[in-house]
Amino acid sequence: MSILFEKRKNISRTAQVLVPAASFVVSLILTGILLLAFGADPFATYRAMFRGAFGSGRAFTETLVKAIPLMLTGLGVALAFRLRFWNIGAEGQLTLAGVAATGVAIFWGRWMPSFLLLPTVILVGCLAGAAWAGIPALLRTRLKVDETLVTLMLNYVAILFSEYLYYGPWRDPKGYGFPGTEPFPEAAWMPRIAGRAHLGLVFALFLALALWFVLNRTRWGFELKILGASPQAARYQGISVERNIVLAILVSGALCGLAGVGEVTGISRRLQQGLSLGYGYTAIIVAWMGQLNPLAVPFVAVLMAALLVGGDQVQMMMGLPASMGILMQGMILFPLLAGSLFTEYRIKRTARHPAAGAAAEGAE
Amino acid sequence: MDASEPKVPLVEMRGIRKSFPGVTACDGVDLRLGRGEVLALLGENGAGKSTLMNVLAGLYRPDEGEIRIGGKPVEIRSPRDSAAHGVGMVHQNFMLVDTMTVAENVVLGMAGLPLVPDMAEVKRSVLELAEKYGLRVDPDAYVWQLSVGEQQRVEILKQLYRKAEILVLDEPTAVLTPQESEELNVVVQRMKAEGKSAVFITHKMEEVMTFSDRVMVLRKGKVVVEKVTSETSPRDLAKLMVGREVLFRVEKKSFEPGAVILELKDVRALDDRGLPALRDLSLKVRAGEILGIAGVAGNGQRELSEVITGLRPVSSGGISINCVETTNKTPLEIIRSGVSHIPQDRIAVGAVGDMSVASNLAMKGYRDAPISRGVLLLPRRILDLARRMIESFRIATPSPETRVKFLSGGNIQKTILAREIESCRSLLVAVYPSRGLDIGATEAVRKELVAQRDAGMAVLLVSEDIEELLSVADTVLVLYEGRAMGTFPSAEADPEELGLLMAGVERKETVS
Repeated sequence: MSILFEKRKNISRTAQVLVPAASFVVSLILTGILLLAFGADPFATYRAMFRGAFGSGRAFTETLVKAIPLMLTGLGVALAFRLRFWNIGAEGQLTLAGVAATGVAIFWGRWMPSFLLLPTVILVGCLAGAAWAGIPALLRTRLKVDETLVTLMLNYVAILFSEYLYYGPWRDPKGYGFPGTEPFPEAAWMPRIAGRAHLGLVFALFLALALWFVLNRTRWGFELKILGASPQAARYQGISVERNIVLAILVSGALCGLAGVGEVTGISRRLQQGLSLGYGYTAIIVAWMGQLNPLAVPFVAVLMAALLVGGDQVQMMMGLPASMGILMQGMILFPLLAGSLFTEYRIKRTARHPAAGAAAEGAE
Repeated sequence: MDASEPKVPLVEMRGIRKSFPGVTACDGVDLRLGRGEVLALLGENGAGKSTLMNVLAGLYRPDEGEIRIGGKPVEIRSPRDSAAHGVGMVHQNFMLVDTMTVAENVVLGMAGLPLVPDMAEVKRSVLELAEKYGLRVDPDAYVWQLSVGEQQRVEILKQLYRKAEILVLDEPTAVLTPQESEELNVVVQRMKAEGKSAVFITHKMEEVMTFSDRVMVLRKGKVVVEKVTSETSPRDLAKLMVGREVLFRVEKKSFEPGAVILELKDVRALDDRGLPALRDLSLKVRAGEILGIAGVAGNGQRELSEVITGLRPVSSGGISINCVETTNKTPLEIIRSGVSHIPQDRIAVGAVGDMSVASNLAMKGYRDAPISRGVLLLPRRILDLARRMIESFRIATPSPETRVKFLSGGNIQKTILAREIESCRSLLVAVYPSRGLDIGATEAVRKELVAQRDAGMAVLLVSEDIEELLSVADTVLVLYEGRAMGTFPSAEADPEELGLLMAGVERKETVS
């Protein structure tokens, strides 16, 4: 017997759901092997992780807290990836938006009417995220500079810039030397819904729906689809490639920016160390695992957040490194990328020898 | 079976079956090729000719069947295996590396090549082979510097260098001038005289008649007939290939041109490499006229279609459509002025392979009612429109939602044609619209072009098929190195003379 791969004519919906799910199972098995090597019981560990992430109301809201930035950055990255614009700068866009939101909250908060403050903070934060993504977009469309490198390097610029601010000029004088800005005025706080889970969750879910609608039901979405599939074809159809890439990447940056705004206004309520737990990078896994589909992103984001929260629990309860959760996230990506083989191809088993082939044919 | 069948076949393929999703490309095909024999494989697109030869060349593995070479059963798992058995294939899209020299390309990928090949030795043998077979080419030239015809010679040299005994040529003359085809024939005859064999894939009758000893006609993956070439005629073969009588003539109304729709005045433009592609080109196309652009590929045809449609900047000169200046306007502005374009590269430019047939059909009309309202798309209307167009243009597709890349070349072209004709308001620019299509699809394309002309559109038809130009176009302009070599009413044009002009012969005489 030999195995043959046959290209699929229509993308199989079942495979689109099954492959990410199977990738998750494979990663559980792979991580299980590692856990055994650590001398831990994989089943007990997974049970502890699950309980840590979903076991109580508090656990679940903490999972949601981490899912919010993953949803927003996941959406931003998915939009960019659909255009084959490899935006791996979600982390930087998130950070810079957090910085801009902080600036507005602590400086304009002193004179701005309180009902206007939060909307302004959100708006400026999103614009900052968009602007930070706009730099690589313009460099790519105007000068053909590779966006992968630029977005990656701008992450460091944004992160170091934020550190400079909260260690230096923006450091809270009453903060006992703790690196961080003064707390935001209450008018700049993102309202919380349950536990620490804030209104950003509603924004994220709404934006997931909105993005799906724009991509699938509007003229602009149609243009982006053509552009993502073939820039040459788009140009021939009278669609401006450069303008649309820049526009879409601005939106992508704004979505990542909103994640940063949510973190500073909803969770820490000041700019301080640990603004992002690498959400911008995990977003890449979220986007791929969600098959770049905006409607799938929220679910995947919750799963990834559960791994993070559950990982923390494992550290506390079982004395295993917390990075076990991050390790599992990474482990998902490999089977996921390998799994795209199954969404694109159908597998057929055939006989190697012609004579045996005839027999197998009859049996089929 | 036929009496002419060789006694000890060099290659024997038995019961080859190969299927792809939804299609059986080869359905139990038997093939025999004798030593020193040239076999023509004739058939429409999708008849299974290329698949069969790709099986022999090791690119596809058959689902079933057996291959014998020199009487012994062999297993061909890769192109390297097939090369080891003396099979060399020249593909339709050349497999050369542009940035490497001819000599480097010749040895590239050979089994058992030393780490540092002796290039001086390679060059010497390349020159020797070139001399022996009349394949003029400079071993030190870079592939990107070569014309399409020269690149083909490199491909053939590559196979000869690898001591191929069986040369497979996939539509070798599709990109050649009549003169170049003649030269290719000389090469093939020389190889034959040496006892080498060749199989060539084609859907042109004249080629079968001039090149081959024997001809095998395939239809829908099966062998329809196998004949000695001299005992058959082009008309017979065409009938066998399509399965019905074929009209070689196109019916059209008498020529009554109207107002000038498209006018180019002294247009200059550069190609992708920044070299002059159009040199002071002037032309006019009137309503109800098909202007045929004759010329060998690469003489400015693509650039001409691109400057008209706004895809390439004009460096000097002017273009007007319907008496409105459109020089260097955006593609969208030109689309809005009623211009349709069937591009040269249908897979990468004309259609989006990963999107559905319905989406591809909507790619021009999506900006307006009825398939969009304001910024919203109306998916149901897109599907309705697609169903109607699939029906009226006879696009063979399993459903409107099938991805375009799974259609045959002819049906991809019909999809583009349907969309562009549907949206055409004044000018249709068609670049090689029937290239690579089978007789049935070619006929459909030509009929549509003529229908557009009869409906009062101006049509600019770029083609390298003289027969097509003479039967479809009203006026023919010969393009050579971006210049107009002359314009003739098609009724008065002489194919021989056009062929010479296409090769730039007149110009050379007048200059020197």
